[in-house]
Amino acid sequence: MEILVAAILTIITAATPLLFAALGELVTEKSGVLNLGVEGMMVMGAIVGFAAVHYSGSATVAIFASMLAGASMAAIFGVLVLVFHASQVPTGLALTIFGIGLSALVGQSMIGVAYDGIPQLHIPVISDIPVIGEIFFSQDGLVYLSIFMVFAVMWFMNKTRAGLILRAVGDSHDAAHAMGYSVLKIRFLAVLFGGAMAGVGGAYLSLAYSPLWVEQMTAGRGWIALALVVFASWKVRRVLLGAYLFGGISILQLHAQALGIAVPSQVMSMLPYLATILVLVIISRDRSKIKLNAPASLGKPFHASR
Amino acid sequence: MLPRLIKRQSPSKAMVYLSPILALLLTLLASIVLFLIMGVSPSGALHAFFVEPISSIYGLTELMVKATPLILIGVALSLGFRAGVWNIGAEGQLILGGLFGGATALFFYEKTGFYIIPLILIMGALGGIIWAGIVAFLKTRFNANEILTSLMLSYVAALLLNLLIHGPLKDPDGFNFPESRLFSDSALLPILYDGTRLHLGAVIALFFVGIGWILLSRTLLGYQIKVMGDAPAAGEHAGFSHSKIIWTTLLISGGAAGLAGAIEVSGPIGQLLPNISPGYGFAAIIVAYVGRLHPLGVLFAALLLALSYLGGETAQMKLNLPVAVTGVFQGLLLFFLLACDVLIQYKIRTSKKSESTIAPAVKSSIKSTSEVK
Repeated sequence: MEILVAAILTIITAATPLLFAALGELVTEKSGVLNLGVEGMMVMGAIVGFAAVHYSGSATVAIFASMLAGASMAAIFGVLVLVFHASQVPTGLALTIFGIGLSALVGQSMIGVAYDGIPQLHIPVISDIPVIGEIFFSQDGLVYLSIFMVFAVMWFMNKTRAGLILRAVGDSHDAAHAMGYSVLKIRFLAVLFGGAMAGVGGAYLSLAYSPLWVEQMTAGRGWIALALVVFASWKVRRVLLGAYLFGGISILQLHAQALGIAVPSQVMSMLPYLATILVLVIISRDRSKIKLNAPASLGKPFHASR
Repeated sequence: MLPRLIKRQSPSKAMVYLSPILALLLTLLASIVLFLIMGVSPSGALHAFFVEPISSIYGLTELMVKATPLILIGVALSLGFRAGVWNIGAEGQLILGGLFGGATALFFYEKTGFYIIPLILIMGALGGIIWAGIVAFLKTRFNANEILTSLMLSYVAALLLNLLIHGPLKDPDGFNFPESRLFSDSALLPILYDGTRLHLGAVIALFFVGIGWILLSRTLLGYQIKVMGDAPAAGEHAGFSHSKIIWTTLLISGGAAGLAGAIEVSGPIGQLLPNISPGYGFAAIIVAYVGRLHPLGVLFAALLLALSYLGGETAQMKLNLPVAVTGVFQGLLLFFLLACDVLIQYKIRTSKKSESTIAPAVKSSIKSTSEVK
């Protein structure tokens, strides 16, 4: 039982950063913008969040700082892509290269600094219930926030007028423009949201997952989040499923020795990347399905020619 | 009134070439601001970064050593990017090339023979081709996004190299350090200039620029690549095979990256280490763009990016600046380039001059009101 609880806790901590980043990217892509800079925004969120908690001592401040960091990075992307009509693929790549470099620069003084990790919920009696209390009532605030965000995004996308407009912009920017909606403004907001979510996803790594700062500590999770959006066929519910599925793979990584599996650690570390490829292959095989679910204007630039 | 962007009738040829220069100037300006924020004298830092590394013969040869992999990969990536094939995993293909080439060198440890070096280079290219071939297969057979698969394979490649260096390729007399034996002399690329590290790879890279140029401007394949990138529908109508272009461009870039990896391990490094590249595969993406996806442009861009690596090292030694400055510089350069590129397709107009953009209805109403007066 103990090992099962430990495994579930591992799944949750491994899934949470992916869930944040993939949810944010989903909203961005739903508006018709493909931001490949998730990795760069995440890694900036990780260092800024860590530095903020180090200097302020407050996890709340750190979380908001990481959102701001991610959103600022996204703003650079947004201005380049939406105002300067820069091509989305190379701009996203530039954001990742820039983010990795800048975070290493900013984080120079944070190497070797220790932090206890953000506090976990503790309700007397309830949190102490074996298994259920440990799994459901003893998590840190960000885990609950990530689940809350799933439902918030789902509600926003499907039940609100603003969500409908966002999807319209992503599916046909010309039609949305003709109806009088500001395509660029809506896209910019969606990009900012994606950045803030990637930022807090990164901060989860440096504040909770392994509370310290290491260069490039996101280790490709931003790219896995991008793949998750494809895996989810741009559906919020399936992002949740996908993130926890990937979290499940990391149990193998962390608990392989406890389970008595004698495979080199490097092979275990390959698993998330190989799983991403496998998932992409399975999902993308059906071209018509991708075409049906992907926002129709995804990646296409918009220029209002009056 | 804010300045507005007006689409040009036809793309500006001049801006295609001016944009990288403008971007470089803006990057330098931004670097000055960055150095000021970091509390370093900008003039000292810029000197350490851009002048000092190349103010000696040795520095110039080092520049070429660093530029060699960037040229090889940059030229090859340009072909793919032109065709709209996004191979982002050149870093992984480079690593696999280094692994294949390095394993070959270790296989012929303490043996001599003229065939060893060519074999290392061929095996290196083969390693990159296999790695990129997986991407091409998944793309053409299963429609899997090549950006994500090639990138994921880069992480796998790095772990694979790490695994083998901790295992079968480890130096038996190396006190358990994760590195291979030093290659024997017959497996090291000949040095072109005594007392420096300038090696045969530089010649191969320059040769590759020529091949890339001919391929792009003088062959049917080059023509197909350009058509497929600019107008895929027209290309398919003309009977060009999309999957053939995907396979060809990926295999070429994989082979070039693999070759670069083999050159790195049998040239400046001389053994297998857990980390054989400071991100050349990613920097080559910037090289390709700054070089305007043209082999000759790539040559100059590669020298510039090579300077950013050298400058980062010098600035670290002389001014104690973190070596990460290089990454920031590279990212900024690509940002500014992408921003400046807007001027190729658009021109800037402030509202004063933009009479022609005022809708005809508004114009006529202005006219009529003035007539009434």
